[in-house]
Amino acid sequence: MRTLKFLLQKEFRQIFRDKTIIAIILVMPTIQLLILPLAANYEIKNINLSITDHDRSAYSSQLISKITASGYFKLTGYNDSFKESLENIESEKADLTLEIPANFERNLIREEEQKVFLAVNAINGVKANLGGAYLSTIIRNYNQDLRMELIPQTKINPLPVIQTTNSNWYNTLLNYNLFMVPGILAILVTMIAGFLSALNIVKEKEMGTIEQINVTPIKKIHFILGKLIPFWIMGIIVFSIGLTLSRVIYGIVPLGSIPLLYGFIAIYLLAVLGFGLLISTYCDTQQQAMFIAFFFVMIFVLMGGLFTSIDSMPEWAKTVSRFNPMRYLIEVMRMVILKGSNFKDIRFHFLIIAIFAVVLNAWALWNYRKTS
Amino acid sequence: MINMKELVIETRNLSKRFGDFIAVDNISFEVNKGEIFGFLGANGAGKTTAMRMLCGLSIPSSGDAMIAGFDVYKETESIKKNIGYMSQKFSLYENLTVEENIQFFGGIYGLSNSDIKEKGRALIQKLGLESESRKLVGSLPLGWKQKLSFSVAVIHEPKIVFLDEPTGGVDPLTRRQFWDLIYEAADRGVTIFVTTHYMDEAEYCNRICIMVDGKIGAMGAPDFLKKKFRASSMDEVFYELARGAQRKDA
Repeated sequence: MRTLKFLLQKEFRQIFRDKTIIAIILVMPTIQLLILPLAANYEIKNINLSITDHDRSAYSSQLISKITASGYFKLTGYNDSFKESLENIESEKADLTLEIPANFERNLIREEEQKVFLAVNAINGVKANLGGAYLSTIIRNYNQDLRMELIPQTKINPLPVIQTTNSNWYNTLLNYNLFMVPGILAILVTMIAGFLSALNIVKEKEMGTIEQINVTPIKKIHFILGKLIPFWIMGIIVFSIGLTLSRVIYGIVPLGSIPLLYGFIAIYLLAVLGFGLLISTYCDTQQQAMFIAFFFVMIFVLMGGLFTSIDSMPEWAKTVSRFNPMRYLIEVMRMVILKGSNFKDIRFHFLIIAIFAVVLNAWALWNYRKTS
Repeated sequence: MINMKELVIETRNLSKRFGDFIAVDNISFEVNKGEIFGFLGANGAGKTTAMRMLCGLSIPSSGDAMIAGFDVYKETESIKKNIGYMSQKFSLYENLTVEENIQFFGGIYGLSNSDIKEKGRALIQKLGLESESRKLVGSLPLGWKQKLSFSVAVIHEPKIVFLDEPTGGVDPLTRRQFWDLIYEAADRGVTIFVTTHYMDEAEYCNRICIMVDGKIGAMGAPDFLKKKFRASSMDEVFYELARGAQRKDA
C-alpha cells in the first residue's frame, strides 16, 4: 500500500505540473459542450430552392408562397427556363429545383390534374432527401387545400383520408440538444479518459523512465493502479463539469437518479481506462498510441448510436456495436437523463460494462511485462 | 582482496538470442562483493543485453545466472530488491523536482519516511544541490543529472548497482567526480557493474571484461590485460580485440 501511495503522489504531481492536461480537462469539455450540440443538429433548414415557373399564374405564385412560408426553404432562383435552374444547381446555388409547367393553373382547374417536376442535387444526400420530402409534403397539402376549394362541399367526403397525429414521448418538443448533449458528454468522457491513460504509460516508455520502474520491486498491480486511479478521478471530474454545464446552459435536468449515473460512469471509466492501458502496453511511442486510440474512438463514436440509430444498422454492424462500450454509456445516459430509468432498467448495461472493465484490465495487466 | 570472497554475480554459459541473432553468446564470469567490474565492448557487442539479463529486465535464452543469490529466471523480483540500476537513457522524472525524485524512488524501494528525509538531505548536500533541490530535474545540466541519477540508484543501499554507460556525454571533470561517487559506494561494500566506452575509466576498474561479438574476448585486471597483450594502455588492448570483431556497429 505504501508503494501505491508514492506512485499516486508522483502521478498527481506530474499531472498538476502539466498545464496542458489541466486545460484539456477543464476547457475541452466546456468548449465541446458549448459548440457541438449547436452544430450537430439534424434539423435541416435553409434549403436552397430554385424555381422554374413557366406558368406565372395566381395558383403557381400561391404554391411558391406556401413553400417559402414554411421556413425550410430559401428561394435562391426564380427563373423562366429549366436550364437556368439547372445552372443554379450546378453552381451550388440551389439544392433543389422545382419546375412548374405552363398551363399549371388551367390544367388544374379543367383537368383536375397537373404534374410538377422536382430535381434534387444529391451530393449532400441528407439535405436533398429531407428537402425533397418536405417539398412533397407542402405540395400535397396545397393539393388538398385546392380540392377543398374546387370540389363542391358535400356531406360525405368523397376521399377518405387517414390522418395521423403523433406525440413525442420523453423529448416532447424533439429538442435536439436534449438528444445530443448526453451523447456528446459520453464521447468526451471516453476520449479524455482513454487518450490520457493510453498516452501516459507510453510516455514513460519513450522517456525511458519505465525501465527504471521495471528494475524496482514495484508490483505490476500497483503500477497499473497508480495509473488508473488518477485518471479515474479526472474522468469523474470531466463528467461532473459536463453534467453541470448541460444543466446550466441547456437546462437538462436528469429525470433519473444522479447517483445512479455516477455509479455507471464509475464502472464505465474503469473499462475505458483499461482500454487505454491495454493500448499502451502494445505501443512503444505516443504516436502509435494516439493513432490506435483514435482509430477505435472513431469506431466507437460512429457505431455508438449517437449520430445514427443502431436499430437501422445492418446486422453485422449491430453485432459490432455490441462490443462498443460507448454504446452502452450513450444508452444509459439517454435512458436515465431523458426517461428517468432506474437501476432495474439498466441492470444489463451495468453487467456488460462490468465485464468490459474486468476483461480489459486483466488483459492489460497480463500484457504489461516488467521482464521481456 | 584478502577477505573471504563472496560472489554476488555468477553466470554460466549465459546466452540471449533474438531470432537468428545471438546477442550474447555463452558468457561465464563471476564478480565479487565490493568489486568494481568494468564491462567493455564496441557498440553492438552485447554489453547492454547482458546487463539487462542480469538486472532481471530480460529473460536469458539459455545458461544460468545468480544475482545476489537469486536466480535470473525465477526470482527476478527478489533480484530487483537487491540491485540499483542506471540506464544509458536518463531515467529520473524530468518533471519532478530533485527532492520529489528522491522521495519517490526512496519510497518505492521501501525506505521509511525518516530515512528518505535523512538520506535525501545527505545526498543533496554531498552533490552540492542545496539551492537546486526544489528545481525540476529537467532543468539541471547533464553532469548533475547523472550524479543525481547514480545517487538515487544507490539510495536503498543495494548489493549491486548496474551502470550502463553512465558518463556518456559528460565532461572530464564531472566524470572524475562521478567516479569518486563510485569509489565511495564500493567502499561501503556496494558491488559496481559498469559498462563504458572510455578507456581511462576502464583503468579505474578492479577487473574488466571485454566483449567481442557477444563473447568474452578477454577478462582480468587492467594491468594483467596490458601485460597479456603487451600493450602500454587499455586503448591498445581494446583495439587489438575489437579489430577482430565481425559485427558492424549496431
